[in-house]
Amino acid sequence: MLELRNITKRFGDVLANDNVNIVVKPGTIHAIVGENGAGKSTAMRIAYGFYTADSGEIIVDGQPRDIKSPHDAIALGIGMVHQHFMLVETMTVAENIVLGAEPGTALALDLKSAAAQIRQLSEEFKLAVNPNEPVEHLSVGQQQRVELLKALYRHARLLILDEPTAVLTPLEVEEFFVILRRMREQGKTVIIITHKLSEVLAISDEVTVMRDGKVVGRVQTKDTNAAELARLMVGREVLLRVEKTDAEVGRPQLEIRNLSVTDINGTKRVDGVSFEVRSGEIVGIAGVEGNGQTELIEALAGLVDPERISGEINFEGRNLNALGARIRRELGIAHIPEDRHRRGLLLDFSLAENSILGVHYRPPIAAMAGGIFLDENAVQRRASEIIQAFDVRPPNAALPARSLSGGNQQKLIIGREYRVDPKLLLVSQPTRGVDIGAIEFIHRQLVGLRDDGCAILLVSAELEEVTSLSDRLLIIHDGRIAGEVDPKTATLEEIGLLMTRGH
Amino acid sequence: MNKLARELLFPLIAVVAAFIVGGILILLVGDNPIVAYRLLLGSALSWPDGIGYTLFHATPLIFTGLAVLVGFRCGLFNIGAEGQLYIAAFATAWVGITFANSSSWLLIPMCFAAAILTGAFWGAIPGVLKAKFGSHEVINTIMLNFIAVALVSYFTQYHYKVPGDPILQTAPIGPSAYIPHLGRFIPGLPERIPLNLAFILALLCCLLVYLFLWRTKWGYEIRATGSNPFAAEYGGISIRKQIILAMSVSGALAGMVAINEVLGNRHRYYDGFSDNYGFTGIAVALLGRNHPVGVILAALLFAALQHGGIYVDGFSEHVTKDIVQVLQGVIILFVAAEGFFKWALGRRLPWNV
Repeated sequence: MLELRNITKRFGDVLANDNVNIVVKPGTIHAIVGENGAGKSTAMRIAYGFYTADSGEIIVDGQPRDIKSPHDAIALGIGMVHQHFMLVETMTVAENIVLGAEPGTALALDLKSAAAQIRQLSEEFKLAVNPNEPVEHLSVGQQQRVELLKALYRHARLLILDEPTAVLTPLEVEEFFVILRRMREQGKTVIIITHKLSEVLAISDEVTVMRDGKVVGRVQTKDTNAAELARLMVGREVLLRVEKTDAEVGRPQLEIRNLSVTDINGTKRVDGVSFEVRSGEIVGIAGVEGNGQTELIEALAGLVDPERISGEINFEGRNLNALGARIRRELGIAHIPEDRHRRGLLLDFSLAENSILGVHYRPPIAAMAGGIFLDENAVQRRASEIIQAFDVRPPNAALPARSLSGGNQQKLIIGREYRVDPKLLLVSQPTRGVDIGAIEFIHRQLVGLRDDGCAILLVSAELEEVTSLSDRLLIIHDGRIAGEVDPKTATLEEIGLLMTRGH
Repeated sequence: MNKLARELLFPLIAVVAAFIVGGILILLVGDNPIVAYRLLLGSALSWPDGIGYTLFHATPLIFTGLAVLVGFRCGLFNIGAEGQLYIAAFATAWVGITFANSSSWLLIPMCFAAAILTGAFWGAIPGVLKAKFGSHEVINTIMLNFIAVALVSYFTQYHYKVPGDPILQTAPIGPSAYIPHLGRFIPGLPERIPLNLAFILALLCCLLVYLFLWRTKWGYEIRATGSNPFAAEYGGISIRKQIILAMSVSGALAGMVAINEVLGNRHRYYDGFSDNYGFTGIAVALLGRNHPVGVILAALLFAALQHGGIYVDGFSEHVTKDIVQVLQGVIILFVAAEGFFKWALGRRLPWNV
């Protein structure tokens, strides 16, 4: 169906695609895997006409083709669904789908026939999408199906999906895979770009593995396993399981009683939550995103106006409710936030300046002239310690944080928060958007900190992560604790049910 | 070096583009642009009058440029430097008149304090309003400009004008509050040129602002707030405090224009003395890329244009000094369009991978 032959593409000094060869057979689901920056999206954007290759050939149905723009790709039956949806929220499903390919004459838009056609396609692939519904009323999963319909409406025979599951809940992922299988049965070809190995194994027929702009492996899914794919992606053996001993639990550090948090609109986000975290244990919180995790962690970190909090937050027997973020940090609470760009980093500041955020106002950083001036040597020392200990690359403290990859930004944040020897660590989504190699490293660091006696509260949307790291696992649903399970014995189904139904 | 080149490139493009656009306009009205520009820059750079007056005009622009810069670095747009400097100038004159019989050692520091503190106070008002109630500083600083100008005009007209004086100005301040013209120290520079000690003070302020913003913990907190308030909050920084602090420092710097005007130049409060210094300060900060060194360079350029414009007016047939407004306008336009240039040139710039 589609073949990329010897494709090479350069961006400045970066060789994004180096002699890439990919063969996608018709009627299959083909996974392209690789770490961030491996060149998988570049290759697919070349196939879709977003970029043109510096050299190489694109062959569609056995014919060499010149794809200069997405328009050419669509004409050849190639469609693409991007990670970030391109939908106009206020328009209906049908209006969104016909956008750019409006039926009817220049003066009269024929939405009726389009809607009928969309309804027929929706039934054929069992997408259950109502063409007359405004897009803003749809869930994320439904919006994704609208994107699929957009491609199908333009008669796509090959669908390229860029990280399609990144935005979906576990249940939606299951539904989505059913749809993909149905499309394969109807003779469509699907290319799925991802870095989640469990999904590759669950859905694909064939896998192409990329690393550093090159294709490093082509395997049949049935002949491979997660460990082999991870090794190909990273280029070395990767430990997928987290290795840890049983927790040596100390006394309670964080005690929360009947905590409720409302947002600025007055909606209750956290509703009467009580639990404790003891030193030397990792307490995990699993849940579908948006069920109060963000507000819970921010309330504990001192980032929520005390007026919006009720209940009690106690740390080492001391009530924290009225204390600000600075005092909580001084007491020994560190925080790795879920959104590193919004909360965790000053993107335009250098790595050195980022490495002192939170301790910038006291010795040894602010030590000169009565603690007013920053001691540049101390700043540099701290930065290089963190960069070395956490293998932040490139190891140049003068670079702006913006220039680092997501994984290295995360390592910088984690290094900064570890550096204060916290008694309690609040961690949200520690490995979101982070490469497999770095994930392994971050997990080991978290377990190491636990073994040193730190109390850790871990929030993660990755079920596998939160079950394998946690010593105790709480499930949050609609702002309440829906249950506690033993992560060693609980099944994913059991956890999944608590996450979605709340009981 | 590369970083320096990058910082200089867009301001240079803006200035060159402005002169090209201005040149076309001069051609259109029927004059020779090269002659006009030689007149403009030649008169601004002549020794001693051109340079002396250029530096004199640059002094208030350095202060207001720094004021706007400090606000920008905290993510605040202080359009109120104009009001802040008017209030400060009046307060400085009031102190200089009221305590006219004090010795210089006492009176000059008191006048300095009046300029700095009143400016800081007038700047802090929109800061507090934003920190406490979230009301936007742009609106409030604009409003406070009107209030400041009207207030000082009122006090001058009805309470502090010398009876019978046709000009709207106060009585002179005590001679012990005067600060010397630089002509007294520099051979060849006549003392009649009003360039005074405030210019040295302005340069000193550039150094102090640099040290404050980039070397102290307070500056770190202000810049962190300006760069990403959410991350600053996460790092235990009180955003509200930073907003009030930055607006106060900003107002204080704008207020120091009073030292140049009242202690160094007219020796009284003269209503309407500011040639839009507060607003030109915005352009100075933008062209100077919000860096103290850039502010000095941009202030010198704008001051040279301002001074040279007078000669263009006098000696060329069709071009008037309005050409300076055109040049300033185009410079600002091009500086503001930097995003467009980055986009247009993006791929071809060597540092852009």
